Amino acid sequence: MAAVTASHTTQATAGSTDGADGALAAAFDAAVAAEERIEPRDWMPDAYRASLVRQMAQHAHSEIIGMQPEANWITRAPSLRRKAILIAKVQDEAGHGLYLYSAAETLGTGREELLDKLHAGRQRYSSIFNYPTLTWADVGAIGWLVDGAAITNQVPLCRCSYGPYARAMVRICKEESFHQRQGYELLLALSNGTAAQHEMAQDAVNRWWWPSLMMFGPPDDASSHSAQSMTWKIKRHSNDELRQRFVDICVPQAEVLGLTLPDPDLRWNEERGQHDFGAIDWTEFQEVLKGNGPCNEQRLTQRRRAHEEGAWVRDAAAAYAQKQTVVPNGEATA
Amino acid sequence: MTATLALGDDALVLSHRLAEWAGHAPVLEEEVALANIALDLLGQARLLLSLAGDEDELAYLREERAFRNVQLVEQPNGDFAHTIARQLYFSVYQHGLYEQLSAGDGEFAGLAAKAVKEVAYHRDHAEQWTLRLGDGTPESHDRMQHAVDALWRFTGELFQPVEGVEVEWKTLRNDWLASVTAVLERATLTVPAGPQSGGWTAGAGRQGIHTEPFGRMIAEMQHLHRSHPGASW
Repeated sequence: MAAVTASHTTQATAGSTDGADGALAAAFDAAVAAEERIEPRDWMPDAYRASLVRQMAQHAHSEIIGMQPEANWITRAPSLRRKAILIAKVQDEAGHGLYLYSAAETLGTGREELLDKLHAGRQRYSSIFNYPTLTWADVGAIGWLVDGAAITNQVPLCRCSYGPYARAMVRICKEESFHQRQGYELLLALSNGTAAQHEMAQDAVNRWWWPSLMMFGPPDDASSHSAQSMTWKIKRHSNDELRQRFVDICVPQAEVLGLTLPDPDLRWNEERGQHDFGAIDWTEFQEVLKGNGPCNEQRLTQRRRAHEEGAWVRDAAAAYAQKQTVVPNGEATA
Repeated sequence: MTATLALGDDALVLSHRLAEWAGHAPVLEEEVALANIALDLLGQARLLLSLAGDEDELAYLREERAFRNVQLVEQPNGDFAHTIARQLYFSVYQHGLYEQLSAGDGEFAGLAAKAVKEVAYHRDHAEQWTLRLGDGTPESHDRMQHAVDALWRFTGELFQPVEGVEVEWKTLRNDWLASVTAVLERATLTVPAGPQSGGWTAGAGRQGIHTEPFGRMIAEMQHLHRSHPGASW
């Protein structure tokens, strides 16, 4: 993208004209078509920037809100080994949130601004985190299904046209795959454990299966951002393609687990070479997105409370830092 | 046995308290830091409890009266200042303790040599936050002073000799007092004037006498494990 950067600099000093914008847009389109990475200082269409900010903020918020359903079980984890794994996982999620906010900041926004929008309900997070974790097995179901769906969505993002986002995803996907295997192994232990443990595992899968399929977003004919995102190579596959891929991956894994998936219409389709599966309840999906899911209120309230109750701590850190940069005669050193 | 349980329970219980912060921290960086410290302590607890027996049996199947941790680590998190004051008092103590243990040739020397590196980081984190809160805003100063005062009476127990832990307890206490005093003063805070132990708390946690919040904490910690006797996870 060096060429576009150079022309951007030239045009910025020369003043912007329609012709110049047209040249920049053409160079941008050519770079995207050639699978080059767009970097923070490169020219990009305003709508591309806005679309990335929206998607990356939503992604970052999902990591942060997503800590809650799992942290809900840290203090009750049934063995010290599982407890250590769960703490490490929740810690990783906070780290992923930090990477993603940093990546979003390269687009000219700020973490504070994004968090304010989350707290005000003006930016979304993944619908999945509005479901409650009711048993220990839910921790395993989240690892297997929710992280599995996230990885299916995110691996193609490692080739996203925006460099900082793509690089964040490479790091995040490595850790996510690890979490996903741990979740699967947790469910496997339960499934092969006592009758009560097996039942707990099956119940969790029953409750998390459909919400996990909804993580891929609305069907292709109802997805408002998809076409543009695919043209810009932010997105590489359609929602329905990724959802199908996920179902095909999960079916044999469920068999190994010795658990069933709660869909009477799920069967192998020889002709398509893929699984057919039942209809998703899009009304439920819309309700959850509108804020009417089981935990929407609780999740946002906890996030806002942590932020509000932490305000005096952040103020203290800022005041202390300010004092450290001031020398005795009152002049700032920095 | 007494020694491994005392050191192991301290780490186990404080780890649990710190992990309660997950999802509630004042800033994302602290989500990472508090979880990181909780994880280090849990690792230490697992090594120590495994020396004494089966880690899960010891963590999940002992009653309140059989735990040997000091009362300081079981104190509820309170606000961020309380968590930091508790962490400052404990990590300065644990750092001194593990430094001495790692220099000796007792049964904890190897473990202490590994743990002392982690604890140095915990100590630095607690000291930095003590400075920021103490010398931050008037509100943070008041909150930090309140926390430092409120937890002071649990610090005397840290220096009650534990059978099987081969350290110079007097040196440990003197060094602790010098370090904590220096940090509090730099943080513009007042070192509490009262005794370091209320009469009734001295040595209590080490003998299985705990404060009321502890029973509720282990009820939550043990509930699931106890509901499925003999199950593996």
